[in-house]
Amino acid sequence: MKQFKKRKSQAKGLTLQGLILALQKYWADRGCVLQQPYDVEVGAGTMHPETFLRVLGPEPYRVAYVQPSRRPADGRYGENPNRLYKHLQLQVILKPSPADIQALYLKSLAAIGIDVMHHDVRFVEDNWESPTLGAWGIGWEVRLDGLEITQFTYFQQCGGQDLDPVSVELTYGLERIAMFLQGVASVYDLRWSDEFSYGQIRLDEERQFSVYNFEATDPATTWKLFELHEAEAKRLLKAYDDAEGEEKKRFPALAVYDLCLRCSHLFNLLDARGLISVTQRAALIGRVRQLACGVAEMYLEQKGKAEVPA
Amino acid sequence: MKERTADFLLEIGCEEIPARMLPRAVEEFKVILEKYFASNGLLLNAPVEVYAAPRRIAAQCRALRVKQPDVTQEITGPPKSVAYDNVGRPTKAAESFAAKQGIAAGKLKLVSTPRGEYVAAVKVIPGRAAMELLREMLPQVIQEIAWPRSMYWTGREAVRFVRPIRWLVALLGGKRIAFTMAGVASGNASAGHRFLGKAKVPVRGPSDYLKNLRANYVLADPAERRRKIERQVAAHGARHAFRAHTDPDLLEQVTYLNEYPTVILGDFDSAFLDLPEEILITVMKDHQKYFGVERRDGQLAPHFLAVIDLDRDRSGQVKAGHERVLRARFADARFFWQTDQKQSLGEHLPKLEQVSYQSKLGSYADKVARVRWMSRWLAEQWFNSGIHQADVPAADRAAELCKCDLVTEMVREFTELQGIVGGLYAEAQGEPEEVAAAVYDHYRPVGLDDPIPRNLTGCVVAMADKLDSLVGCFGVGLVPSGSSDPYALRRAALGVVKILLERKLPMSLSAAISAAAKALAQHPPKLTVGAEIHTQVLDFMLERARYVFQQRNGFAYDEVSAVLAAGADDLVDVAKRLEALKAIRATKNFPPLAVAFKRIRKILEKAGDPSAWRLGAVRTELLAEGAEKQLHREAQRVAREAGEHKRAGRYREALQVIARLRPTVDQFFDDVLVMAEDEQVRRNRLTLLAELLKEFSTIADFSEVVSEGSR
Repeated sequence: MKQFKKRKSQAKGLTLQGLILALQKYWADRGCVLQQPYDVEVGAGTMHPETFLRVLGPEPYRVAYVQPSRRPADGRYGENPNRLYKHLQLQVILKPSPADIQALYLKSLAAIGIDVMHHDVRFVEDNWESPTLGAWGIGWEVRLDGLEITQFTYFQQCGGQDLDPVSVELTYGLERIAMFLQGVASVYDLRWSDEFSYGQIRLDEERQFSVYNFEATDPATTWKLFELHEAEAKRLLKAYDDAEGEEKKRFPALAVYDLCLRCSHLFNLLDARGLISVTQRAALIGRVRQLACGVAEMYLEQKGKAEVPA
Repeated sequence: MKERTADFLLEIGCEEIPARMLPRAVEEFKVILEKYFASNGLLLNAPVEVYAAPRRIAAQCRALRVKQPDVTQEITGPPKSVAYDNVGRPTKAAESFAAKQGIAAGKLKLVSTPRGEYVAAVKVIPGRAAMELLREMLPQVIQEIAWPRSMYWTGREAVRFVRPIRWLVALLGGKRIAFTMAGVASGNASAGHRFLGKAKVPVRGPSDYLKNLRANYVLADPAERRRKIERQVAAHGARHAFRAHTDPDLLEQVTYLNEYPTVILGDFDSAFLDLPEEILITVMKDHQKYFGVERRDGQLAPHFLAVIDLDRDRSGQVKAGHERVLRARFADARFFWQTDQKQSLGEHLPKLEQVSYQSKLGSYADKVARVRWMSRWLAEQWFNSGIHQADVPAADRAAELCKCDLVTEMVREFTELQGIVGGLYAEAQGEPEEVAAAVYDHYRPVGLDDPIPRNLTGCVVAMADKLDSLVGCFGVGLVPSGSSDPYALRRAALGVVKILLERKLPMSLSAAISAAAKALAQHPPKLTVGAEIHTQVLDFMLERARYVFQQRNGFAYDEVSAVLAAGADDLVDVAKRLEALKAIRATKNFPPLAVAFKRIRKILEKAGDPSAWRLGAVRTELLAEGAEKQLHREAQRVAREAGEHKRAGRYREALQVIARLRPTVDQFFDDVLVMAEDEQVRRNRLTLLAELLKEFSTIADFSEVVSEGSR
């Protein structure tokens, strides 16, 4: 923190991996399990089962992990300095939410070299909602000198289930924070490590996936994939309904959730190609949400804490 | 005896409360507190003052009663005759009544009632201590504040509030009013600014609350913060010879976004000034909450004023940070601008098929087809009625392009710029000025004070768009109710009214509704709009028209009623008749005439169904000599004369002529009994009055005008 306050050396601020290490250390020291990114394509860290499922039910939990988040429509062929098809989120879940959570969060900024006395930090109203996950919460986006760096949410509902206790979710936008710390104008100029830039590591991926997402996907196949995954998930949900006793307990709810995540990603691919009309959109989101809510119910029931909404 | 009072302070310490909710919430907080104080007898003359900042809502009162006044209660018991025996000793009845009231029978007193003398128990109910009352009351007060959206944070069964409550200050006369809410115990410690102040700031009450917080970098009083921002904005302007775009909405927002506001000046690359000003200002104002800045000549300057929640920018990093964010935003906007220019606006049209307007009303492509048809219809109407600026091809082109910007990158990012972006693109792509301006303006007016489109083509497209929304939405049952009006139909109807009145455009509202209905029938969704819907839309628009006439043009309620009752299809004509009525109602003949017309209407209403008495025409041979014949003659003469004025649009003159009927009408009522014995005479008289009422109610229905005395 001190070294970048005074002088403008070439190596200003933490590297991207240094940032990740610092935040992970900070939250691990506060009792978080350090999890790994989920290995199914997701649009946000919230979709990781470590958030989506862990916030359900009464058991206390604390977890932190980095989640590469894919948003096909946001791709810009690597030409836009601020927009990415895939960006990194560092996600923290604290369940239940501690009373000093804002202070804890602000201390994490100090841990990555942000001196709040020298910056304009505020909590600006922004309520988060994920209609595909049947999840929403109340909170803010945290702005640092006008830059949104974190989404801060008190979860109220997830998978259609009311949450009790309430978890707090902190989602750090890692590229943005790193750009801020390093004072660079393009994400591709970020130092990922001391030796490698973000561009060296990720630019090809951005270009190729922009081509794929916007041009190369076959619409018919993508639709078919969506429907196949959805049908498989529904088949399993139905099988669970029909199952009894022990069979229900050992039922692979987590696998159904993976199918649901794939549907969500395929939906995003279709959307990026402009294949979803506004009227279709709501209906499709509803279909994915149905799967997500089904999984949430199943998960709670397996834990013996089913709360099926009336 | 001077009453014992104590000062009161309540502060709800919170995580950041949304700025947009604070002003209303704090007003409500005041009302709720006053209600509770008053109903518990604690309120004296000292006002309840409220304060609000992002992390707190507070209220104080310099003097509350420390104790409720005692209440003397008299409970009537049995009659005297039952309560005492003949030697005046209390009976069993009296004893048991006294015992029930908890007093000795000897303490009973006699009271006289209308039914005779009774015994009564007089009890003084001592007032409760304010401290005790407040302890029970305050948690309720806090929970009673209504928020647009609230949350729970300590479990579903626990307290709901807008954001988590983290501390509570509750003091009466410097002493803690003890209660606990959401696991937080009330105390005497407030909190200073998150970074600049102490975490715990002890206070004694109203005497030191604002002062102690100020010392800890919190200006709890919004008025003080607003003044500070205004002062600093002005100072920056004076120092650098520019003028800030002072925007009351933005000022209000930043006032409630900060606990210790400080205004800093930032700069941006003047190369961005080649982007349209509208886009630059939207980015600064709506997205970043910055004030834009202009030079003396009115041109946008490459600076901005940001309000930060700190005492100063210690190392210049805040300024640098805000500048960097703005640069990225502007770079985005430039990228969108350039991307969008790769296609002409018209080329976006097919994509509108993918954008739904409303599920039952189809896509925006469908809407555009209807709005084009309707725009041509309106422009033709006006051209044919002699308004030569009405340009049918221009209206058609503007309507064709008006929604194309919905699929541009720019509007996807900055939705509030819809219309404006289309207009800017149309201009940049060489569309005629008339068309570009029409596209730019066609969402206007967005409120009572918003201007109407600047040219006639813009008015045409704006009206066509709004009429299509109104008739279409009503047609599929989307009628606004209460505060729910998702398709902004009230605004649409208001827009139609404003455009017609301000441009003085003649138009039959029913014909326009029918035309919009025809467009909906001929184009997808091929909707049939029935007569009932037609009436509903018309009534809805007239309701808005009434609102405009009263709120904007200052006409009285009864004037508007009188004029609308006499015909409401053409609002420009309505406005002219209103002017005439307003002018004439102050003259001496008018009020008695209005009374007479009201009398006529009552008589006719009493006479029942007109088919039972109405004659085909007045039969002169049945008219009595004198006042009745006189009225008939005079009415015919006045009708001729007034009719001429009316046809020439000279409503005021017409009304003046009508008003001169007054003595004749008065004379008639003095001399003639309408409900005569003879049936034919009676029916003839009723017919005479009915014709009179009809003939003279075409400008305004005078019977709707409230006379001075009864107003």
